[in-house]
Amino acid sequence: MADIRIDYYPTHEEQGIKFRRGHALPFGATMVPNGVNFSIYSSAATSCSLVLFERGEPEPFAEITFPDEFRIGNVYCMIVFDLDFERLEYGYRMDGPFNPEQGHRFDKSIILSDPYGKAIGGRDTWLAKPNWDNIYPYRSRLAFEDFDWEDDRPLELPIEDLVVYEMHVRGFTMHPSSEVRNPGTFSAIRSKIPYLKELGINCIELMPIYEYDEWENSRENPVTGELLINFWGYSTVNFFSPKAGYAATGKFGMQVDELKTLIKELHQNGIEVWLDVVFNHTAEGDHRGHTISFRGIDNKTYYMLTPEGYYFNFSGTGNTLNCNHPVVRNMVLDCLRYWAADYHIDGFRFDLAAILGRAQDGRPLSNPPLLESLAHDPILAKCKLIAEAWDAGGLYQVGSFPAYGRWAEWNGKYRDNLRKYLKGDEGQVGDMAQRILGSPDLYYQRGPTASINFICCHDGFTLYDMFAYNTKHNEANGENNNDGANDNHSWNCGWEGETDDPAINHLRHKLIKNAFAILMVSQGVPMVLMGDEMGRTQKGNNNTYCHDSELNWLNWSLMEENSDLYSFARHTIRFRQAHPVLRNSKHFQHRDYVGSGLPDVSLHGVSAWFPDWSESSRAFAVMFCGDHAKQGSSKDDVIYVAMNMYWEGLAFELPHLPNEKKWYLSVNTDLPHPADSFEIGAEPLLDQQNTVWVGSRSVVILVGR
Amino acid sequence: MEVTVKSEEGITVIEAAGNIDSKTAPEFQNSAVSAAEGKDKIIIDLTKVEFLSSAGLRVLLMIYRQIKANNGQVVLVGTSEDIQDVMANTGFLNFFILAENLEEGIQAFKEV
Repeated sequence: MADIRIDYYPTHEEQGIKFRRGHALPFGATMVPNGVNFSIYSSAATSCSLVLFERGEPEPFAEITFPDEFRIGNVYCMIVFDLDFERLEYGYRMDGPFNPEQGHRFDKSIILSDPYGKAIGGRDTWLAKPNWDNIYPYRSRLAFEDFDWEDDRPLELPIEDLVVYEMHVRGFTMHPSSEVRNPGTFSAIRSKIPYLKELGINCIELMPIYEYDEWENSRENPVTGELLINFWGYSTVNFFSPKAGYAATGKFGMQVDELKTLIKELHQNGIEVWLDVVFNHTAEGDHRGHTISFRGIDNKTYYMLTPEGYYFNFSGTGNTLNCNHPVVRNMVLDCLRYWAADYHIDGFRFDLAAILGRAQDGRPLSNPPLLESLAHDPILAKCKLIAEAWDAGGLYQVGSFPAYGRWAEWNGKYRDNLRKYLKGDEGQVGDMAQRILGSPDLYYQRGPTASINFICCHDGFTLYDMFAYNTKHNEANGENNNDGANDNHSWNCGWEGETDDPAINHLRHKLIKNAFAILMVSQGVPMVLMGDEMGRTQKGNNNTYCHDSELNWLNWSLMEENSDLYSFARHTIRFRQAHPVLRNSKHFQHRDYVGSGLPDVSLHGVSAWFPDWSESSRAFAVMFCGDHAKQGSSKDDVIYVAMNMYWEGLAFELPHLPNEKKWYLSVNTDLPHPADSFEIGAEPLLDQQNTVWVGSRSVVILVGR
Repeated sequence: MEVTVKSEEGITVIEAAGNIDSKTAPEFQNSAVSAAEGKDKIIIDLTKVEFLSSAGLRVLLMIYRQIKANNGQVVLVGTSEDIQDVMANTGFLNFFILAENLEEGIQAFKEV
């Protein structure tokens, strides 16, 4: 019907460009028959012009000031005819007051990116040297939105059934050992789908893929001369555009199609896609930063400002997005809706999400409108929403994040308790029992599905480094080892860094296996950091944000080198997927409500039914009753997990199984590979049915059937 | 950019020469879409095409949909490695059968 609209004809002409009044909605640039509808808002601009470039050209081919009658409220809108959709780059120039105390920082000498632009030109190929004199470095472009999804849609898998794999797009396949055609790209992840399936994960969480500038704050390491860049990408230039440099076809402007193709194929293979989204700040920095878009369009609306007009810095990166301003809140909502509807994204993990609950003056809100809107939004209704429930301004909300029955959290307490327990700290078993049961102390109302359980993530040590380094070694970052966290709760097992000592290496591998074993039997949603399944190291660096090197690239030959770790990790993931009793959506009741003869869950110590919660205790066991799987709706084996982080072996008395069931051995991390785990269904019968020996710093998993 | 249409063993062959980008795609689209009308077997010969932009790929997909509506298939012939790479990365390749040359393209239909 759009083709026959009688008002799609030009009413104005200037510099050879034909145009007319546009539509105020949707914001951004939208293809319409024979033209493009441009719409942008600013609460304080005094005038606005549209600047049009041919792709890559240094100078614009036209600049049209919006005639007064094209402004509706604070929205400037115009349809321009006969533009080349594929070759067009556009931006805006806004005039208005420069008066920081009033919150205004307009500068009409700058051409500004469209906050609603669907693609960005300028960083088309990863680390290609930019022209630093470009008058418009991050250029808004149009994106074709006609991708053929066939019958795909977000998978909507139950969150408790997921095993999440956190990965960096470039880091995953950039290492030569990955042997893919287009290393470091969306396309290369597609070639690794068979690997992800073999490992058994069913959700990938991509570290930021919104367009950012890898050259931001680039510098040379003063010691090594190595180029340091922004590798991680927690610094968004535009929230609607995928990072072109992550696409093999970014140089042809086809990153949108490439990313959608990846998502479609992951879905075909039963793998969800979550995005790590950074709505707490932008790449514009503080008052000394570059003006790219938001600052020049509507500084006072987009940023949290101090009474003096400086930037609040709750993000630790210079500025804070004013996300509970009604206009910014709508932008965030529009953005997530776009990614859910147009890219079929299954879930979003919000970086420093505590900021999203702050008022415009920075106060934490008890009922933050943005979080409430997201939780109740019809398009996002089936998306997973996950909060990193803290910020750099000291707000820590693990367990208390405003959830509206929807939000899950990165469970920072799970990470900290596990780490301390795994290295043998005393006084941990009580908390550990909470963590393994889905943290009912934190999420009593919300259920175990509120807890994303993890031991390692991109931020901090890898799992291997957790047991190879006592302290961080961040010298390569060029900040005199002052950056990165100090509370790693790590233990080097007796030697700092790499060693040939077989006893130390054996212990390290055993501790890694303990970590995987406990993570995969914990109620909640496990998340694995890319490469931890094969012992990836960052050489003790716990903050590798700036390295495009082997520090961040997954070395695929580790899969063979540490084949014991890889096959063990794979086993524990499969074990979890095979056993519904490990994946409940509701908390246990600690009673038998199906008449199986066992309570749904029970805790034990070296004596059955009598766990030792004393300060010096480092051992306990948990037993899940399979007849209570999925709240009694599913049948499973009984699973018994004995954990001994004491430095000597202990004999655990086993609870008696009803109905003549017997105990079989699935996992014993004390035994060398391949005796450390047994195929599901092929577990050997335990000789002794009333006790099991659990070696020093070891985990044993039994199945009762 | 030139488009020629011919018939080989009852199969319509659309041969393109030159670059297919946003400037030339409409012309390619006009000739190809009318040549494909009512057909269920189409060969598109890209031997003389060096560059296919996003707009060009969309014309190919449009023809695919047209032919698929008649339960037919589209064979691409002589697709350069670079174009194949772009098509593979962006998912367009999934919709087509590839053949080295015209002869193999015709053969491909006999095997279907």
